[in-house]
Amino acid sequence: MILHEFMTFEVLRVIWWLLLGVLLIGFALTDGFDMGVGALLPFVGKTDTERRIVINTIGPVWEGNQVWFILGGGAIFAAWPPLYAVSFSGFYLAMFLVLAALILRPVGFKYRSKREGAAWRRNWDWALFVGGAVPALIFGVAVGNVLQGVPFHITPDLLMPRYDGNAIMKLLLLLNPFALLAGVVSLSMLLMHGAAWLGLKTEGAVQQRAQKIGTVAGIVAAVAYALAGVWLAFGIKGYQIVGEVVKDGPSNPLLSEVTHGGSWMQAYSDRPWIVIAPVLAFFGIGMAVLGLRKGKEVSTLLWSKLGITGIISSVGLTMFPFILPSTVDPNSSLTVWDSSSSHLTLFVMLICAIIFVPIILAYTAWVYKVLWGKVTEEELETNAQSY
Amino acid sequence: MEFGLVELSRLQFAMTAMYHFLFVPLTLGLSIIVAIMETVYVMTGRPIWRQMTKFWATLFGINFVLGVATGITMEFQFGMNWSYYSHYVGDIFGAPLAIEGLMAFFMEATFVGLMFFGWDKMSKVAHMIVTWLVAIGSNFSALWILIANGWMQNPVGAEFNPDSMRMEMTNFFDVVFNEVAQAKFVHTVSAGYVTASVFVLGVSSWYLLKGRHTELARRSIAIAAAFGLASAFSVVILGDESGYNATHTQKMKLAAIEGMWETQEAPASFTLVGIPDREARETHYAIHIPYAMGLIGTRSLTDQIPGVDQLVAEANEKIRSGIIAYDALMTIREQRDATPAEVRATFEEHSADLGFAMLLKRYVDDPRQATDEQIAMAADDTVPGVGPLFWAFRLMVALGFSFIAVMLYFFYRASFRGMKFPRWALRLGVIIIPTPWIAAELGWFVAEFGRQPWTVDGVLPTALSASHLSITDLLITLAGFVIFYTVLFIIEMGLMIKYIKKGPYIDVAETDEWMKRHEARLSADDATLKPAE
Repeated sequence: MILHEFMTFEVLRVIWWLLLGVLLIGFALTDGFDMGVGALLPFVGKTDTERRIVINTIGPVWEGNQVWFILGGGAIFAAWPPLYAVSFSGFYLAMFLVLAALILRPVGFKYRSKREGAAWRRNWDWALFVGGAVPALIFGVAVGNVLQGVPFHITPDLLMPRYDGNAIMKLLLLLNPFALLAGVVSLSMLLMHGAAWLGLKTEGAVQQRAQKIGTVAGIVAAVAYALAGVWLAFGIKGYQIVGEVVKDGPSNPLLSEVTHGGSWMQAYSDRPWIVIAPVLAFFGIGMAVLGLRKGKEVSTLLWSKLGITGIISSVGLTMFPFILPSTVDPNSSLTVWDSSSSHLTLFVMLICAIIFVPIILAYTAWVYKVLWGKVTEEELETNAQSY
Repeated sequence: MEFGLVELSRLQFAMTAMYHFLFVPLTLGLSIIVAIMETVYVMTGRPIWRQMTKFWATLFGINFVLGVATGITMEFQFGMNWSYYSHYVGDIFGAPLAIEGLMAFFMEATFVGLMFFGWDKMSKVAHMIVTWLVAIGSNFSALWILIANGWMQNPVGAEFNPDSMRMEMTNFFDVVFNEVAQAKFVHTVSAGYVTASVFVLGVSSWYLLKGRHTELARRSIAIAAAFGLASAFSVVILGDESGYNATHTQKMKLAAIEGMWETQEAPASFTLVGIPDREARETHYAIHIPYAMGLIGTRSLTDQIPGVDQLVAEANEKIRSGIIAYDALMTIREQRDATPAEVRATFEEHSADLGFAMLLKRYVDDPRQATDEQIAMAADDTVPGVGPLFWAFRLMVALGFSFIAVMLYFFYRASFRGMKFPRWALRLGVIIIPTPWIAAELGWFVAEFGRQPWTVDGVLPTALSASHLSITDLLITLAGFVIFYTVLFIIEMGLMIKYIKKGPYIDVAETDEWMKRHEARLSADDATLKPAE
């Protein structure tokens, strides 16, 4: 195994930081509209048939979409093990809520229409609402907390991750005002995205209701995102690596010195080009909102995707090279340079990604092509396997 | 580490993993059975096979979704509850999990939607290919998960890096072609095939007993018995292969399973039944089969299989060697690049035993301060619970052989007795439906409980692997999982029973009118063939 020496450790780390972003964005763009649709379900579908149409727009694709989430988890584990170890155990109860919601959701899709009873179906409709809205909110809350830093430290002897505080308090502290604002951004952005999807896949009353709610959600997303930006600039301290930055050293977060001070916005004077991310975010959302108002279908979904890509990449680009800063012990903060897998593992995983990601994209595109078109009442009747 | 935290974490992991594995084996096997049925449909064009495909696919779908849903928990639980484990071995263990997503799970999950929604949207052959891709994806998933698990049993292709304080991969191919993983993979998927075969056979038997859907039921039994027979042999043969691997990779697990306290002269006898007694270091009322163990375990007449006592003595030595490694490691951690070369050399020499020194962490913060008594206790900890392993293993094996007998019988009746089955056999077919699940869960119990006290054999003790959570955290999630999973289980069983009772259906897409409309797309003889009886 000498082949991996052809790419430096530093380059591989940056590539995997980018791939981490690609996976998160892939998750938000695909599973994101599933979550949005779930959260919109009780409001855009009034009759049982309408709700079945809504569910069947995502019925054939949610399983594939959800794999972006699973793969995101797997890729973090493989490429950024310290991040996987610290964040998932640190956000323990929040993670549990996300898991519960995400387990409820597939079961809801599959089981809801397998029985006739009105109460049975109504309960599953609310389960689908929770399964869509709760993760959409919590993911934003998590990002809000990451930007503020998280109270963890790594023990000096064995590099054991420790997260301070008791169970309930840890959960409540996550729900601080800035994090909740970030949660509003993610929830409203995915509602907009779900509405754009329904605009494409449905017609008539459902489509109109979705586009109406989506317009409002898009405006809320843009305003909340702008507010969060202002708050981040003036109300939240950033992190900086002090002294020499070793980019190809061993993955041991404690080896670098970090200060908690200054502003995250420093990044925009260090790397002015990154301003493109928030610009795309506002532009994409703006165009999506216009599209929803005018009833445009395909282009609206694409603009919505652009907006979401802008929002998510702006967070990553602003924080670079930090991935998970620590409030209680800044030196424990995880950065791109000190919390990756080994040189060899990153290389092997990169090869796997180069082989498989294009294949995945190709067959996913084919599946969407086969399923292209509106979901109609007639289709529900002819396919006994529909939800 | 707070008292009880590790135990609660283990309980939660065991519970969620075993629950997940209620759905996985059926997914693995039924996906293939459905694909076989659809292939027969495409080849013969007979509508009965289409109906069979759709019927079993409906049951597959109800089961599949919970397999997927509970699999999410598994992917994230390592980080949530086993954070030090994740840090310590994530460099190796994470890779197969991620590749599973990239190569297998993505394929399976993307196509499963089309499998249900694509019947009218593509040609017959294209749909059949989609069904096969789901089956292949599911089975490839199992491959990568078992490569990950196989590495926990036999950690090859990795070494400890003192600078990042963790295990790091040295050879990816060693990890992938780990003999333990490969044997486990075939053993596990075969167990899944047996599970699905018994399920299909049992449900069909019930229909025959009730005199309902007999055409579908007979054909289903024929498929299930043939597929199940081959799989039942495969399970037993690869189970034997796993046992053979264990004689050189996991000696302690093997000795514990066999209740073999002292090293016997080769070839050792196999203890058929008995009551293992840890205190007395003896298996009471044992019935032995001479030579059998030595032959199965070593495939030779002369190789010895070490007993528990001998292995404990060896563990004692390894702990002492591990302490030397730990001491050198602490020097390296302090002095980093200034570490004298001889300290590095000492570390290299003893680093394979570092995990054994970590066993002492249960008793003393700094393993270097351990007393002889503590070392002896830690060495004794390397013996897993012999009694439960001994019995779980025997029950699993007995079930494995009984599946061969059942499948042989049904295969014989289906092939040579004109698919006529006596009522007692059909009743038996219904009664045994739960048994493959019991066998599969016992198998995982033997594999994982038998690996204790390690999460990664010889590398990282379980006690050290758990996240530093509070007991409250664990109690909340444990209660949450129990309630949530129980409700889901009841719902799932309810739906399964409902759809089994309902039986196959003629959906709109199979009526004459629909057939006429789609004649051009379907193969010509599809619509003209009379529906079978």
